Amino acid sequence: MADVVQRRVGGSLRFPNRPSIIASSTIAGPMEGKGPLARWFDCVVEDDMFGERTPEKAERRFMRDAIDVALKNAGLEPDDLHIMVAGDLLNQTVTASFTAAEVPAPFMGVYGACSTSVEGLAIVASMVDAGFADVGLSVTSSHYQAAERQFRYPIELNIQRKSTSQYTVTGAGALVVSSGRGPVVVTEATIGKVIDMGIKDPNQMGPAMAPAAADTLYRHFVDTGRTPDYYDMIITGDLGAVGSSILRDLLQRRGVVLGDVYRDSGALMFEGVPGTGVGGSGCACAALTMGGLIYKKMLANEISRALVVATGALLSSLTWQQGESIPGVAHAVALEVQPGAAT
Amino acid sequence: MNYLIAFLVGGAICALAQLLIDVLKLQPAQVMVLFVAAGAVLSGIGAYERLIEFAQAGALIPVSGFGHSIARGALMEAERIGFLGLFTGAFEFTGGGIAVAVLLAAAIAVIASPKA
Amino acid sequence: MPNPSKRKHNANEQAKYQRIASAHVPKPPLARNLVTAFAVGGIICAVGQGVLNYFVSSGMTFDEAIAPTLCVMIALSALLTATSIYHHIGEFAGAGAAIPITGFANTIVAAAMDFKREGYILGMGAKMFIIAGPVIVYGVVSGVIVSAIRWLSR
Repeated sequence: MADVVQRRVGGSLRFPNRPSIIASSTIAGPMEGKGPLARWFDCVVEDDMFGERTPEKAERRFMRDAIDVALKNAGLEPDDLHIMVAGDLLNQTVTASFTAAEVPAPFMGVYGACSTSVEGLAIVASMVDAGFADVGLSVTSSHYQAAERQFRYPIELNIQRKSTSQYTVTGAGALVVSSGRGPVVVTEATIGKVIDMGIKDPNQMGPAMAPAAADTLYRHFVDTGRTPDYYDMIITGDLGAVGSSILRDLLQRRGVVLGDVYRDSGALMFEGVPGTGVGGSGCACAALTMGGLIYKKMLANEISRALVVATGALLSSLTWQQGESIPGVAHAVALEVQPGAAT
Repeated sequence: MNYLIAFLVGGAICALAQLLIDVLKLQPAQVMVLFVAAGAVLSGIGAYERLIEFAQAGALIPVSGFGHSIARGALMEAERIGFLGLFTGAFEFTGGGIAVAVLLAAAIAVIASPKA
Repeated sequence: MPNPSKRKHNANEQAKYQRIASAHVPKPPLARNLVTAFAVGGIICAVGQGVLNYFVSSGMTFDEAIAPTLCVMIALSALLTATSIYHHIGEFAGAGAAIPITGFANTIVAAAMDFKREGYILGMGAKMFIIAGPVIVYGVVSGVIVSAIRWLSR
């Protein structure tokens, strides 16, 4: 039987078999619990160290719990998973692989810096859509202390935040994607291209990533023939207040007006939380917003179409010390409520 | 009175460092290095000694005072015992502080973990 | 937006973008930062003056009192670092907390606390001076060279 289904629209991916997100989970740290997104989290852990001795172990606990809660919400056992795609910020994505060692599922580790949550979802949705997997799970995590000591300085060091600094989100978010009928479907994905506009200051992640987000969004609208108001909500990952303002500007210069439907997870995550700079960052930032705010608003039928664009700054502590600029990437997935599906 | 002068001079040195961080976009570590070297150089031309006579702790407590103390110790020992004194004197005034910092850091690391 | 098919954009496109971006980047609150750096740095120095005065009044000469004063200030900073207070002073005061000798001590204690997770020898022991190291290196390099010149040109 010839496959006549169109899976490619322009440069974007379309999923004709409508892979469904049947469950989400969001495990957040204490600072995130103080922000306005907290009411959509499954769990806020008051001890960011999760009772562990190292922040790296604590991050694994966040990811492990996110997997367990997602499977529980989906009514599945770990053995039911045909594929698990996971990623995080630590060197060699150790959180993902070490956590996967405890989960009996075929595993792929991915790295897209803070864009990983959408990258993972796009991969799992593609596999489910193509029939390589009936049930897949995508999970990502980040941890303030673990990221801070890898990318920046010791925690107790006296350091004044810059006016453009962001604060790494502590937490983990997972999504379970199934070929069966579910409440929310993944309809399209636009995979990002890496764009480097020469920003070198690691305190300016938003400005480093905004061009990639603008490129991905622009291509998404051209490929799908849509305009921003097609969506009830467009969310970027962690551009922060500065980066999202640049994104609006860049798109406006190309004739795309994002309007009121657009918000940034990083800016939302810590709105009104002191000491967090211009917003959150990290893999968990977009993951918590997607699995929390967006998924739950869709379950409640408050919104029916959403576009999530997770952004990643692809630097390492070595590259910036060597004076290299910071390449950015952004991946987008379009989500849609499936009317009449049991929740 | 010497409290006020220490406050004003020490504060001014720190404000100058802040200016370098915010305007020239230097990292705090780079500014610390710059100040420690500047303290040593000013010590070499005798200027830092006069600043300490005037401001006492206001000039001794900033890291520029640390650079001055290294230079001063080296010079003092060199004048006393000759060439080798340049090396044996480097930590004459600062060695105690470094020893305290190392010992306390090790002790604190055993009992306390980062929280902030 | 430039041609997105090239990963590295040419210098003109990068410069154009950086002009657009910099218009969105908020300026650092310079006046506020200068005032807090001045006030907190000044207070730390005034505390140091108090310690210095104490040692002088207990019979030491000014020169003798310098080293013990530095030791006391370093010990105070170590305690404030252990209790997470110095981190917050740094957040508030920037260079006002970084430039005094207490900031130098904070870098050593903070690094020790952080890197002990990688072990007491290769972690804490090896990395204690990861930030303070350059200060000692350049202090010694410049201090010894300056003194050598002055000693040779007596």
